[in-house]
Amino acid sequence: MAHFPTAIAEPGQDHTLVLNMGPQHPSTHGVLRLVLEIDGETVIGLKPEIGYLHTGIEKTCEAKFYQQVVPLTDRIDYLCPMTNNLTYCLAVEKLLGLEIPPKAQWLRVLMNELTRINSHLVWLGTHAMDLGAMTVFLYCFREREDVLRLFEMISGQRMMTSYFRIGGVALEPPLGFFDKVKKFADRFPGNVDEYEGLLTGNPIFMMRTKGVAHLSAEDAIAMGACGPTLRGSGVDIDLRRDAPYTGYENFKFNVPVRTEGDVFARYLCRVQELRESIGMVQQALAGMPEGPIKADAPKVVLPDREKMKTQMEALIYHFKIITEGFTVPEGEVYQAVESPRGEMGYYIVSDGTAKPYRVHMRGPSYANLQALAKMCEGQLIADVVAAIGSIDVVLGDIDR
Amino acid sequence: MPLAPPITDIDQLKSHPALEQLVHWNSSIVQAAKFDRDELTIWLSKGAIREAGSILRDSADCPFNYLADLTCVDWYPSEPRFEVVYHLLSIPRKERVRLKVRLDGSSPSIESVTSVWPAANHYEREVFDLFGVRFTGHPNLKRILMPDDWEGHPLRKDYPVEGYR
Repeated sequence: MAHFPTAIAEPGQDHTLVLNMGPQHPSTHGVLRLVLEIDGETVIGLKPEIGYLHTGIEKTCEAKFYQQVVPLTDRIDYLCPMTNNLTYCLAVEKLLGLEIPPKAQWLRVLMNELTRINSHLVWLGTHAMDLGAMTVFLYCFREREDVLRLFEMISGQRMMTSYFRIGGVALEPPLGFFDKVKKFADRFPGNVDEYEGLLTGNPIFMMRTKGVAHLSAEDAIAMGACGPTLRGSGVDIDLRRDAPYTGYENFKFNVPVRTEGDVFARYLCRVQELRESIGMVQQALAGMPEGPIKADAPKVVLPDREKMKTQMEALIYHFKIITEGFTVPEGEVYQAVESPRGEMGYYIVSDGTAKPYRVHMRGPSYANLQALAKMCEGQLIADVVAAIGSIDVVLGDIDR
Repeated sequence: MPLAPPITDIDQLKSHPALEQLVHWNSSIVQAAKFDRDELTIWLSKGAIREAGSILRDSADCPFNYLADLTCVDWYPSEPRFEVVYHLLSIPRKERVRLKVRLDGSSPSIESVTSVWPAANHYEREVFDLFGVRFTGHPNLKRILMPDDWEGHPLRKDYPVEGYR
């Protein structure tokens, strides 16, 4: 793609300059290429060029059994693997009409909120570093390491967890896991105070973010922005509250909304979300119900290893699921979930076989990227970096 | 939890704001409707999508002001081959609806909805790139994910998935 020059404006025409930013630029958070049209230091036009990370996951899904798609979903938005797992599993469960036991639902909420913390910590660290605050990056990655250790404890993997499965979760949490989460959850609000102490009142940070890359509520809705980008512009929507899924209706939390619509407002929304998430982690720990972690659906959910070794029936189901998958009734669903970046939607079409006919992922970054051009018009080049950081772009999610 | 059978009778579904508005505006463009797994799908005739979109967006009662997703499904080898799928969300009312338009397999094209929801820009480019559906009136219809000199449309069902290219 790179050897095809993009015509945005003829060089030499008028007094603007066409400047290439990325795809290897460190502040583009991945392989995002921006073609900037600039007049001096002022950005007149911005066109994102994407596709460098396109791996054709949607096509790959069509050749896999339903349960084999779960590990692929981790790789889409690699900063919030569990949210991807959750969206996909919820969509297939909706197609199947499967009921999930309460413990699995609460585990899902617990892990999903830890994932949000993980993702927001990466965002906060890199966003602050883009704006020159190196310390915050080191602090954030220190706490992120703790979250990743929790992920490793429960799923055996630090990043590509594949912990949520169709019909429940993969494994019973190990002994002492909840104590470790509790310890982290008790300590974490203090850490957030620490980050905020470094940034929120910091005059340099405020000058780099306040009033920068403004996006009005009308523009945000029209351009399809979602998540904290939309809430930072004063639109009060959060799917966890407005269309609860997997037991979110049992949790009490606030949805932070700011009306300023600038980089600082988005920053404040996300930092507040960190606090709300840790509150939900505490609630999930306090109210964790007892019971099975997988739905009672032997044709869909893999049997326990123990049962498989002792019961003929379980062995047969195991063999059937592994070799020929399970069929899903005809139909289609669109399941939307509030990911750390906004509305993540999976549209799955089933033709009644064991493989999905079509899987489409609606990535929140893909939607937010469209709003970037609107934000950056008339801003300085250095503010483009602040704007990219503020929409928390993940290129795996955009290119799929 | 057994699945409830889908409802396909338009008269029964009229209470849904999206269908009510569309039928009220012009009942001849609504080809079919289906309520399945708590989601409403409305099939519209091909020429009406842009106008229907602006009717839904500008409704005072329940404005579907947010285009959540736009994609396509290839039903090769049956005809009409393509189904362009629009997922709309009404932010004030938190309602969702899915619009669908069927397109023929030979040179599929449909009117662009970028003038109704600017967010459709990248989505339509993606559908053009991966399915080869043309959107008339789109400001910048070119490939977005695949390289510019790529041949073929990878998400079509007759696209080869094995062997060298």
